[in-house]
Amino acid sequence: MIKEKVRVKTLKINDMDVTAKSNATILEVANEQGITIPSLCYLEGLSCVGACRLCLVEVKGSSKLVPACTSKIKDGMEVMTNSPRIQKHRKMILSMIFAERTHTCSVCVSNGHCELQNQAIEQGLEHSEVAYIHQKFDIDASHPSYMYDPNRCILCTRCVRVCDEVEGAHALDIFGRGIESKIIHDMDEPWIDSQSCTSCGKCVQVCPTGALFEKGVSATEMTKKKEIVIKLIQTRKER
Amino acid sequence: MKKVRVATIWLDGCSGCHMSFLDMDERLLEIAQKIDLVYSPYVDQKEIPEDIDLFIVEGALSTDHDLEIIKIIRKNSKKILALGDCAVTGNISAMKNLFGTEAVLKKGYFDLVDLNATGHYPSKMIPKLLDKVIPLNEAIKVDFFVPGCPTPADAIYEVIQGILEERPVNISTLTRFGK
Repeated sequence: MIKEKVRVKTLKINDMDVTAKSNATILEVANEQGITIPSLCYLEGLSCVGACRLCLVEVKGSSKLVPACTSKIKDGMEVMTNSPRIQKHRKMILSMIFAERTHTCSVCVSNGHCELQNQAIEQGLEHSEVAYIHQKFDIDASHPSYMYDPNRCILCTRCVRVCDEVEGAHALDIFGRGIESKIIHDMDEPWIDSQSCTSCGKCVQVCPTGALFEKGVSATEMTKKKEIVIKLIQTRKER
Repeated sequence: MKKVRVATIWLDGCSGCHMSFLDMDERLLEIAQKIDLVYSPYVDQKEIPEDIDLFIVEGALSTDHDLEIIKIIRKNSKKILALGDCAVTGNISAMKNLFGTEAVLKKGYFDLVDLNATGHYPSKMIPKLLDKVIPLNEAIKVDFFVPGCPTPADAIYEVIQGILEERPVNISTLTRFGK
């Protein structure tokens, strides 16, 4: 058996020397080392898009902060994942995510099981640093099993990616620009009229907030099973 | 020892956070040793007094009267504590922002009523609704934010104790949005 040659790179994360596969991202290496970098749009096994900006880290020698999920490691790189500057930026990023839509945690199906809510706790954000926008979006309740409430959507695109990359249907995509953006089915039709949706529900299970949820659940009752999707991707890779 | 002058007010909220305050139960007796409650729905006092050390505000700002009163509160208080999600984020009170004040008034005073003899919205003796419901910090400087819906009594107790003892409190370990 010929062993595949593995190229490695050495870098520093929070002053700790680490060695990792040369094509790995900062986030992957940090996860391997047990260093937590907060993230929302990242989901293990899906492509990385750097949409939420929560995983921003500091790289020595660069004035810009870079998203850990889309940045490949470099030899000699020195990464800081939790400096006061980053903490400040993370609070502002979270504030902007909260303020962009009308989340209203207290009446949300995902209250208590929400990744956005959990990030607020972990980053110590107890109020939004920017004013709320309160832009109204219509809810799509046309599907017999699932609902989409864009008012709780953080536009992480996990649903779009899981539908495309795992289910292979690409029934979902992003429509519009800026704060007008929303997730659509096919050509912005009601969910029930989508020709490409297989109703598999993966989009619902990977959604970090209460934007996509199962019909019939009330406030606090929606618990997502994203682990099933992560396991599914892993199992396929191992075949 | 001079007692700390504390006030509380209930603006656009459900009073749940004031109920939660009472849910501190016997710990209220302990807090009462250290504070003078000078203005609150719990006491009979019509005017907002001056020289308040800590003003606890429940509810969002929804009316011109709310805006007026929060400015007096800011002027008269050393520290302001936003209690509960309505005061901190707007919460349920602010959900009407999605539809607009006009639509809400129409729903409440025309669509859903059997009788409205005047054919008008009430406009006398009651405050005028703002175009947008806002949390406190969009109108004034807020010193402490304690979210929750309602904020749990244990969190209120810990935060008040922390403020009275002048030590920092990690609020995220006690409560969160929607708790």
